[in-house]
Amino acid sequence: MHIPDGFISAPVATVGCVVAGGSVAYAVKATKKKMGEKQIPLMGVLAAFIFAAQMLNFPIAGGTSGHFVGAALAAILLGPWRGILIMTCVLVVQCLVFQDGGLFALGVNILNMGIIASFVAYHIYRGSALFGEGRKRKLIGGGLAAWFSVAIASVACAFELAISGTVPLKIALPAMAGIHALIGIGEGLITAAVLNLIMATRADLLELQKA
Amino acid sequence: MRFKWWHGALIFALFLAVLSPLASSSPDGLERIAEDKGFMETAREAFFEAIPDYMVPGIKSEAVATILAGLIGTLLVFAIGYSLARLLKAKGEA
Repeated sequence: MHIPDGFISAPVATVGCVVAGGSVAYAVKATKKKMGEKQIPLMGVLAAFIFAAQMLNFPIAGGTSGHFVGAALAAILLGPWRGILIMTCVLVVQCLVFQDGGLFALGVNILNMGIIASFVAYHIYRGSALFGEGRKRKLIGGGLAAWFSVAIASVACAFELAISGTVPLKIALPAMAGIHALIGIGEGLITAAVLNLIMATRADLLELQKA
Repeated sequence: MRFKWWHGALIFALFLAVLSPLASSSPDGLERIAEDKGFMETAREAFFEAIPDYMVPGIKSEAVATILAGLIGTLLVFAIGYSLARLLKAKGEA
């Protein structure tokens, strides 16, 4: 879902940069007082895992592929603000070093795959706590949160393309939401699998997002 | 240095990077739609290139070029994420 330069108009790109810049600045402010010793390596390895996993495109229907985004996993483990910082690290390196996602579009890509995806996932995951606290609930809640994070981010992307005048909304919206409803299943399964692994080995790491 | 849990996690991420040549090369969701709906040609080339298409330039084997790109990116992102977190902690305590 990395938007290259050219797909979005200058005003949309500018709004994206302002929103992303403001959010990252706030995330820095909000997280620096609550950075514990355990969070430091976790921020590094989560960013590394998300970058590597994003390279592994998996095939979905009709000669199309999808890849893991990772914002849901980051937000569930470390909260939405640290999730935004982790996704920003990944997206900036992808943009500057690997030319994946345009330079002008960087703000919009951070908005979609960092900010929107992190907040959607975090709130759905926290909301799922209303249905109990068990291991199964956490896995289902995490998987659903991950699916929605990709689906809603793709809807945001469709609106950005439409507002930019690149493609009409009535074409972009069903196409983006349809394909990413499938890609989101992969996101949900990977997120649940990683959460399952963490619960089996280091369950204490799941408590860090409350800090 | 004692082996800590996150050393294992970093090794796992590097292992995933080594698997990167196995990834599907089909267009992703957005690229597919851009091709199908005819707006792919509006995409502009990057102003500069470092490691385009996740392949280190100048290496004959595509698999090796991809693995190297994956390892470079994974380590770089780890270093930035770790340093950022350490910097934030130091600032929070100051």
